[in-house]
Amino acid sequence: MRSYDIVVIGGGPAGLAAAKSAAESGCRSILLIERDTKLGGILNQCIHNGFGLSHFGEELTGPEYAFRAFEELKTINQGDHPPVEILLDTFVMEITSDKKIFAMNKKDGYFEISAKAIILAMGCREKARGALAIPGTRPAGVMTAGLAQHYVNIDGYMVGKKVVILGSGDIGLIMARRMVLEGAEVLACIEIAPQPGGLARNVTQCLEDYGIPLYLRRTVTAIHGKDRLSGITVSEVDEKYTPIPGTEMEIECDTLLLSCGLIPENELSRKAGLAIDPKTGGPFSSDVHETSVPGIFACGNVLHVHDLADNVTKESIEAGKAAAAYVAGASSTSQQAISSPKVFPGKVVKPVGEKEMNTDPSVRTMTCIICPRGCTLTVTTGENPTVTGNACPRGKAYGIAEVTHPMRTLTTTIRVRLEDGSLSRISVKSKGEIPKDEIRSLAEKIHHTIISAPVSVGDEVIPGVVATSAT
Amino acid sequence: MKYDILIVGAGVVGASIAYSLIPYNVSVLLLDKNNDVAMGATRANSAIIHAGYDPKPGTLMARLNVEGNRLCGKLCEDLSVPFTRCGSLVLSFSEEDRSTLSELYDRGIKNGVPDLKLLSKEELRKIEPGVSEEATGALYAPTAGIINPWELCLAQAEVFVKNGGTFLPGCEVQGISEIFSSEGKRSYLLNTTKGEISADTVILCCGTEADTVHGYISSPDFRITPTRGEYYLLDKSEGTKVSHVIFQCPSEKGKGVLVAPTVHGNLICGPTSEVLSHGSEDTATTAVKLSEIKEKASRSVGNISWRDNVRNFSGIRSNSTSDDFLIREIPGKKGIFEAAGIKSPGLASSPAIGPYMVELLKSSGVVLTEKTGGYDLTRKKIHFRDMTNEERAALVAKDPAYGRIVCRCEGVTEGEIRDAIQSPIPPLSLDAVKRRAGTGMGRCQGGFCGPRIVEMLLSERPDSSPLSILQDGEGSTLFVPRDAEEDCSYEEKETLSKEVES
Ligand SMILES: Cc1cc2nc3c(=O)[nH]c(=O)nc-3n(C[C@H](O)[C@H](O)[C@H](O)COP(=O)(O)OP(=O)(O)OC[C@H]3O[C@@H](n4cnc5c(N)ncnc54)[C@H](O)[C@@H]3O)c2cc1C
Ligand SMILES: Cc1cc2nc3c(=O)[nH]c(=O)nc-3n(C[C@H](O)[C@H](O)[C@H](O)COP(=O)(O)OP(=O)(O)OC[C@H]3O[C@@H](n4cnc5c(N)ncnc54)[C@H](O)[C@@H]3O)c2cc1C
Ligand code: SF4
Repeated sequence: MRSYDIVVIGGGPAGLAAAKSAAESGCRSILLIERDTKLGGILNQCIHNGFGLSHFGEELTGPEYAFRAFEELKTINQGDHPPVEILLDTFVMEITSDKKIFAMNKKDGYFEISAKAIILAMGCREKARGALAIPGTRPAGVMTAGLAQHYVNIDGYMVGKKVVILGSGDIGLIMARRMVLEGAEVLACIEIAPQPGGLARNVTQCLEDYGIPLYLRRTVTAIHGKDRLSGITVSEVDEKYTPIPGTEMEIECDTLLLSCGLIPENELSRKAGLAIDPKTGGPFSSDVHETSVPGIFACGNVLHVHDLADNVTKESIEAGKAAAAYVAGASSTSQQAISSPKVFPGKVVKPVGEKEMNTDPSVRTMTCIICPRGCTLTVTTGENPTVTGNACPRGKAYGIAEVTHPMRTLTTTIRVRLEDGSLSRISVKSKGEIPKDEIRSLAEKIHHTIISAPVSVGDEVIPGVVATSAT
Repeated sequence: MKYDILIVGAGVVGASIAYSLIPYNVSVLLLDKNNDVAMGATRANSAIIHAGYDPKPGTLMARLNVEGNRLCGKLCEDLSVPFTRCGSLVLSFSEEDRSTLSELYDRGIKNGVPDLKLLSKEELRKIEPGVSEEATGALYAPTAGIINPWELCLAQAEVFVKNGGTFLPGCEVQGISEIFSSEGKRSYLLNTTKGEISADTVILCCGTEADTVHGYISSPDFRITPTRGEYYLLDKSEGTKVSHVIFQCPSEKGKGVLVAPTVHGNLICGPTSEVLSHGSEDTATTAVKLSEIKEKASRSVGNISWRDNVRNFSGIRSNSTSDDFLIREIPGKKGIFEAAGIKSPGLASSPAIGPYMVELLKSSGVVLTEKTGGYDLTRKKIHFRDMTNEERAALVAKDPAYGRIVCRCEGVTEGEIRDAIQSPIPPLSLDAVKRRAGTGMGRCQGGFCGPRIVEMLLSERPDSSPLSILQDGEGSTLFVPRDAEEDCSYEEKETLSKEVES
């Protein structure tokens, strides 16, 4: 049986940061196991920008963030005995409370590993239709937003033409814009709560920018269509979220994307007997992210769902450090009682649809989309625009630009002809911001284009468009 | 196309008949209007192999239920179909219920159900601590079991095909006529969506459409009343709440709902009962009925977490104006047989329906000579999930494809999915892969494995296009063309990209 000081399960931003920080803390025997054939986790399909402002100090797309996180790991993983061994395409089947890991891959078969400490970084999963118990038929065309994101961004398949999004979580909002840029019509985003679930900036740049209506206090009460979705019934709900009879409205559509929440991936956590916090759905953990089983740590979305990858990285650095300390002292590092994880600040949600009615045309209220804080700005138009409500100078610049020459970054995918002649897809973004009204035409141009491999991250593949992932 | 025997309808009944005909020297075609086997009631039911105390003594239903239950163990072993004899409990909640239970007990004894027992409240709680305090006792039937219903159907159909039988999907029978040869020999010509097919002997097993298809040849003396039943299927975290099938005592208020573990480790609650219009195939679920399930099931088992729902679904029972199964030669139409009105416990009875039909054919003069050998009635299937660690290690060492997990919820491997794609009845949709390999059955409902299975389907079938990938039945396409890309050829795109570059 192989043995390591620390085994990290999952190679998303959490696993990458935890492994790096454990190595930096002096641990020399670390194994990172990832079931996918590449590192980066969910970030690989999040081709939009909005990551990295706090950790890397610049705005990155998901694949770029993953790339940077891996580069960071590589810098400490040099020399003859790199501390972190990485095992890709390997699935962890089971972990035990005495820290044995059962894993499997095609090359090594089914094998067992023992560890002094384990760091769980398996991420989360989406709530599927079942969890919402939406009545009706079960046609094709109803899927979670994250699954659609995979099909569209990674596989390059289009999942529908007339789309409704249920739930205004960030993934749903991001997918609303994504589907429009791919040529679909997005008819509505429907949210049961009185305010959107995702970041205010995403409501602005994904729905408002494209004129997609957001219906609050409503939910889907029936799904229609035998083979492919043909439509849905939407009803208003009361304070207890119970549909109100008589408020039904029918929407004809062929696709319903569900963005109704994420749940920590806790299959392994449960099998190992970790105490699970019913509030977060992840394991209970101490201030250093140690679970109820000493020596088993957890970080990232497996612990509780984070809105921001940067916060995942921050938490995972702490977990990596603590695991290394545990191995060094081989005892529990925390004196503090196990408690629910602390939630990092970051999400400030502004109710939209409830926006104060503004009758003065010379004043505009808007959400600043520059950072996740999403300040509400009040901007006076005219010769010398003034901005109030911004918490930093970047907000002022944004507010002025928004009333004079609004700018956006485009993120999408492009087809690449590989050396063997087959077609693949990589993610790209506009080189810097471009005028908002040029977004669609550039997206269209990119769709009509096939570029040639090889492509590296940062390459300008066509004028004004740079690659954010590599072939 | 001409066959000796034609079986219309590839539900569990048609499959059992096809399987039972393997040992005979006859050419058999099994056809179905859907794009896979088990697309009717067989895929959406409670999955219970009833013990047999329910049907009225002396009926064909009583006989076939008890016999089917008895045969099920060996059959599932031969076919490697998941089946567990977990036993069933009918709960009583009142004095009145107690007397109904003893009636059921008496009926069971008359039907020949083994090992029935009436339990006191204490005895009940001892063997099933999960039931609610309200339950005052139970009828215990240890021979009842739970099964994977579509796999029972699929396995028999696969073995039938492996032994030289033919399965034709997407073939709907729309008319039947008698034809006579110059020697005056009678046979039948079926008008189908895949052309004309003729056979000397025709067996109709058309589920909810039994009366309609019967009507193509003579006017039916019965009528199907399609009756929908809805369900909750809960996560594995709920699957251990009970270890027996828990029924509620039937009363004036109705039959109640059952709560049972499934062979996949989930918890199933339902079904409701709602008569649909004749000919309806509407398997939608409804808010009203779903909440009825929650309310009724909570009476049997108090602490079900409905939040942990994986899927709601419904199936349509082939209830009929006849109280009993109608398994017979159609009066006046020599050579045409039917299995009609196969309502619950049709699944439990099915292992006995095939053999019963074979005897019926023989006694009606259909010539069935036995093969001298050269056939195999068994099927081996790898269920990776249920293997020991040693077995897994050995298997992956032999074939690395079993070393990659594709469905994370159910732990299904690439090897199992490859086997499914290459199986005797090739899957034509993601759900068909699911029925064969068990993928996408878990809480993420294909959210994780979907893209990987699409990829495997495309690479195993190089001539198919992503746009042809189906979720389930014909027309349930998963993807649509990308307008922007479809409207210009590759060369045009090349020029375009050059334009962009210049
Ligand atoms: C669709 C989406 C959009 C988002 N948008 C933004 C945004 O705009 N801005 C922002 O800052 N943040 C965003 N986030 C949040 C941020 O990306 C996530 O919080 C972060 O990626 C979580 O990192 P993680 O490492 O915990 O999980 P993941 O990235 O999910 O990584 C978990 C890894 O573990 C592996 N794994 C799981 N189980 C096993 C096993 N049994 N064996 C082996 N490996 C296993 C998985 O394959 C995966 O690679 C978004 C998140 C999602 C889901
Ligand atoms: C809600 C519910 C719960 C149940 N619970 C149980 C249980 O727990 N235990 C139990 O023993 N039984 C149960 N049953 C009953 C059991 O499911 C059925 O008796 C059994 O599946 C019937 O099988 P079948 O082959 O007769 O019908 P089906 O599975 O419906 O098959 C009929 C087939 O005929 C095909 N067909 C119809 N018309 C044509 C045509 N014109 N041309 C070509 N093909 C055609 C259809 O496509 C279909 O595939 C339940 C049923 C329901 C609906
Ligand atoms: S004003 Fe500054 S702090 Fe506020 S959202 Fe904009 S960038 Fe962020």
